[in-house]
Amino acid sequence: MKKSKPNNMMLQTAMRFITIIVFAFSFYLFFAGHNAPGGGFIGGLMTASAILVLYLVFHRKEMLKAIPINFTTVIGIGLLFAVGTGIVSMLFDFPFLTHFFDEFHIPFFGDVELTTALSFDLGVYLVVVGAAMSIILVISGDKK
Amino acid sequence: MSNLIILPIIIPFIAGAILTIFAKRHKLQRFISGFTMLALLIFTVYLAVLVYQNGMIVLEAGNWPAPFAIVLVADNFAMLMLLLTAIISTACLFFAFKTITPKREKFYFYPFYFFLLVGVNGAFLTGDIFNLFVFFEVLLLASYGLIVHGGTSYQLRESFKYVIINVFTSALFVVAVAWLYSVTGTLNMAHLSERVAELEQTGVVNTIAMMFFVVFATKGALFPLYFWLPKSYFGPPAAIAALFGGLLTKVGIYAIIRVFTLIFYHDIGYTHKIIITVAAGFTMLLGVLGAVSQFDFKRILSYHIISQVGYMVMGLGIFTPLAVAGAIFYIAHHMIVKTALFLFEGAAKRVTGQSDLRQMGGLLKTHPWLAWLFFIAAISLAGIPPFSGFFSKFPIILAGFQEGQYIIAGVALLVGLLTLFSMMKIFGFAFWGEQKHTEEQAKIKIGKVLLPIAPLVALTIILGLAAEPIFQYSLAIAEEIMEPSIYIDSVLKE
Repeated sequence: MKKSKPNNMMLQTAMRFITIIVFAFSFYLFFAGHNAPGGGFIGGLMTASAILVLYLVFHRKEMLKAIPINFTTVIGIGLLFAVGTGIVSMLFDFPFLTHFFDEFHIPFFGDVELTTALSFDLGVYLVVVGAAMSIILVISGDKK
Repeated sequence: MSNLIILPIIIPFIAGAILTIFAKRHKLQRFISGFTMLALLIFTVYLAVLVYQNGMIVLEAGNWPAPFAIVLVADNFAMLMLLLTAIISTACLFFAFKTITPKREKFYFYPFYFFLLVGVNGAFLTGDIFNLFVFFEVLLLASYGLIVHGGTSYQLRESFKYVIINVFTSALFVVAVAWLYSVTGTLNMAHLSERVAELEQTGVVNTIAMMFFVVFATKGALFPLYFWLPKSYFGPPAAIAALFGGLLTKVGIYAIIRVFTLIFYHDIGYTHKIIITVAAGFTMLLGVLGAVSQFDFKRILSYHIISQVGYMVMGLGIFTPLAVAGAIFYIAHHMIVKTALFLFEGAAKRVTGQSDLRQMGGLLKTHPWLAWLFFIAAISLAGIPPFSGFFSKFPIILAGFQEGQYIIAGVALLVGLLTLFSMMKIFGFAFWGEQKHTEEQAKIKIGKVLLPIAPLVALTIILGLAAEPIFQYSLAIAEEIMEPSIYIDSVLKE
């Protein structure tokens, strides 16, 4: 007997909305970091899980077409971001990884404290997304 | 100015990150990694000279004041280790260009290689004991990647054990760090040194010291925790095995020397004279006995790592400036010669296709350069003058007799003899005797493969002939690390 393909329509429709919420929450966590719980690591894991749910629902082949990103490259870029933050403070003759912060007024968001630690966190975020995704994709791509 | 000392960590880090991005283009990989490696080597030489002339450089990361910031400290000892690391990793990298197959290259060989260097350089430079743990993890994670690189079934089996043992010891490391923190309330090594001095190293502090010793002894392959080493180093290709054999155990030894000269030096009668010296004696003896009993080129060399790590720790155990200087000289000699020997093994295997001594022979006739260069490195390892091996063993054994530690000094002499025996065994089996490889194999040219090894052999000759100034340098280092107040003053600026 031929196996019938399961109908994923309910799941696929629901996930289109749910992943948006998960993505939004992951960005919230990412920006909440530094002074409150959150940050690059946990935000990255949340983003990776959102992408992963998409992979589960829409199948690997389609997703590789939809997000044509090599995730190991993302790891490399993230590492460069993180170390770059440290180097920038070296260029201004401060010790490595010295961080700077100030209050800025941005329309719509209001007064926001921006720190250079944020770009370090962005590096961490990219490394976590890249590492989590490439680990899972390598395992799921295993033929046996 | 002080930012300079972060560069030995950042340069390989950036190279590793860029190489991750371009992982599949192996010509570009070779170009980037070769260029970075040479730049790192030149920069490290410059930095070592700078530190030797102007004294210690301290960097407080993130511009926080000292006991709170993570500090990086470049003293002469750390710089010597960095310099040796740069030399042997350059040799191994250029050897890898000639021997690693493109298929292996594509699986992130070069990124792992540079992240390993990040970990090693960081472990040498850091002045914070938790940060030491972090850099140990960085180098271990990269080493897991390299030791299983290629994924043969032998490698998978042995590196599984390697990973398990190291994960367990790392857990122990964190426990020891946490315990030390709960007792002293600080993690900065200079600050720790002050606090432990106030506490008068007894009871619980001694227990913590022994926990650190167990952790580093496992990483540095000391008796009775060396069992993981010979088999796991047998698996990977020669370029990786040589890097590991020359470098990784010495990071553990460096950590032992650093911790037991800077922090736990108040109960020398117990920690140094009993525990460390006894461990050193057994390590030397059992390691060399293992080497004597083996009939495989690479396994003999792996067992020799164990026996020689014993000499370094023996120098620390005797704990006079002469002995510690000998230990430091020994580290320099050992890292260079051991790497060279492992690379010679790779070159010999390229001709004969195997490393079982009983099925090798006659390489002297077909590849005389390989044979004679190997011969120099081998007798240097065994401690025959005028090469560096003699001048590094001599002060350690001399100090042993001066301090009345006759047993350990006697063991060291006996081990030297057995080392010579097992090296001659390799030479006798693999290079003398009937030619056992085919005529086609005899025509394989290995001049290009020998080229990266030749500087290492030249260095062992130079270290031997110029033993006097180099020994003065190690004596200066020994006196510096045995006077912790120098370190404390420059870190805490009191």
